Amino acid sequence: MEIVVCVKQVPDTTEVKIDPVKNTLIREGVPSIVNPFDKIAVEVALQLREKHGGKVKVITMGPPQAADALKECLAMGADEAILISDRAFGGADTLATAYALSTSIEKMGPVDLILCGKQAIDGDTAQVGPGIAENLGMPQITYAAKIEINGDTIKVDREHDDGYEIMETKLPVMVTVVKSIAEPRFPTVKGTMKANRTQIPVWTAADIAADEKRIGMPGSPTQVRRIFTPTQRSQGQLIQEETAQQSVAKLMQLLGDAKVI
Amino acid sequence: MAVIVNQEKCIGCGACVPSCPFGAIEMRGDKAYITEACTMCGACISVCPVEAIFREEIERNVAMDKTEYKGVWVFIEQSHGEIKGVAHELLGEGRKLADELGEELAGVLIGNGVEAQAKDVFASGADKVYLVEGPEYDHYNTEAYTVAFVDLIQKYKPSAILVGATNDGRDLGPRVAARVRTGLCADCTNLSIDAETKLVLWTRPAFGGNIMADILCPEHRPQMGTVRPKVFKKPTPDFSRTGEIVKVASKVKESDLKVKLLEILAVCTSNCKLEEADIIVSGGRGLGKPENFAAVEALAEAMGGAVGASRAAVDAGWKPALHQVGQTGKTVGPKIYIACGISGAIQHLAGMSSSDTIIAINKDADAPIFKVADYGIVGDVMEVLPLLTAEFAKYRAACK
Repeated sequence: MEIVVCVKQVPDTTEVKIDPVKNTLIREGVPSIVNPFDKIAVEVALQLREKHGGKVKVITMGPPQAADALKECLAMGADEAILISDRAFGGADTLATAYALSTSIEKMGPVDLILCGKQAIDGDTAQVGPGIAENLGMPQITYAAKIEINGDTIKVDREHDDGYEIMETKLPVMVTVVKSIAEPRFPTVKGTMKANRTQIPVWTAADIAADEKRIGMPGSPTQVRRIFTPTQRSQGQLIQEETAQQSVAKLMQLLGDAKVI
Repeated sequence: MAVIVNQEKCIGCGACVPSCPFGAIEMRGDKAYITEACTMCGACISVCPVEAIFREEIERNVAMDKTEYKGVWVFIEQSHGEIKGVAHELLGEGRKLADELGEELAGVLIGNGVEAQAKDVFASGADKVYLVEGPEYDHYNTEAYTVAFVDLIQKYKPSAILVGATNDGRDLGPRVAARVRTGLCADCTNLSIDAETKLVLWTRPAFGGNIMADILCPEHRPQMGTVRPKVFKKPTPDFSRTGEIVKVASKVKESDLKVKLLEILAVCTSNCKLEEADIIVSGGRGLGKPENFAAVEALAEAMGGAVGASRAAVDAGWKPALHQVGQTGKTVGPKIYIACGISGAIQHLAGMSSSDTIIAINKDADAPIFKVADYGIVGDVMEVLPLLTAEFAKYRAACK
């Protein structure tokens, strides 16, 4: 079974802090990591390979240093990695990113399953996976909490408002995964050494014969006009009476006064 | 095309260097220089005190007659004939956008036997309902809904489309946008009309809620966005309103339906329907042990609310992921949100800070949750919870 996992290198948003005085972002020293949901997708791919055989290939689009993210996936056990990198891809929104990735996946050869994390923690759009599926004319199943493959049939438990939808389709398909589906493994020392020795092929816009009108900024319908720090909610009232009983009584009184209840 | 430093304007203050999430700015001599690592996110632009950093605008060769596209549409998400709250919220907000543009507001109602719902769509402000019906739309599925939606767009050419950022909305939106090749802004928390361009100005959080971005879709139509549930209030329904129902035949072919729904497993009761809840009581690791979650559930029950959990509590296995509130869980906006033993990581705050009233209980007076809480009790959560539960039980009994 041929599995392609799409990953993204992201700044670790959990490390981003707000400067309490200036109310601006402190980004200094924020490490770049593999998007946590994508790492889970790699884990799912590795488990499926262990069960059904085949190959796991990881792909990312990004600046040259995004190769580090691919190396981490190789160290986890992925067979191959491809970096899509070219200044011409820069400034891509989700439509242009999905186009570049789907064109690259086509070039990689036949694929049975494309896995993506449910969303990336920097942009949180959750749009590239379905965009890739659309471009490749594949069905999609988003928010997968469980995947079972039987021959050419895939069964997925899709997370929904109050439970799961059990879906079934034939391969190939694009599936995005949620956190509860698997716990990503740690890279082994041997895997890390091997990954460090691997030369990761870099494909440019010319290599994938991309339509230049559909990549990078020219291929991106959306434009960021302004980025700003959100206004913080103002701090409310702290209640710290002598006993818990008194604190609760005070809260109930304040809620009543403010007509919250 | 790039984010560029105007070397003449640059005063070499270095303010932009730490602002870059990707470490792509370095000082060369006394000037800032943007390296290859730049992803063109633009975070540095507003940081520069002398406006020396700018985004080079490029020609976008799009041959599209934008004047043909008119009107604001709202996707009316429904299940089993019941319209989701977010659709009403978006009708209320869409009405404002349409009025500002002097255009009409339409609801897109796709389903099986859902015509009777059209009156609710009109009551919430729509002038028109596009109705596509058939057994293939009985339950949401990506392919059938995409075919129907794209057919409507191509026939009736709306200027803007609002879709609720629910699991299904975020499954459908990108598929439709990719098929008609237009822009889609994900998970917006504010909408307005840009005074200068008359475009929809989509505002959304990024970097885990640490920053906000204003986004435009200038040259493509329709302009599309998914919008987070519960950030806008439902309009008061006006059932004297009527409108036109435009019935459109289904274009779905058997071969379009590749994914089959085998069954629906409802694993949770009303207490995990967080998106639609008016009251949510959430617990975190500060509860000490998983058994203590019972106290959170008791308060939720006494208040008639749903039960949420922090990521830490879900990761520890104290609650299933369906209860998780936050950036990677559910985004909620109830009337009352009570955070019990939750410290308030930015990712948690991103998922609940649009709640009307936030009450926090935590023993650490310096916990970040108190920064957003309207009322905070500093104390032992396991001591406070039963007392609060008793108070609310009394209050509810008195109301009856």
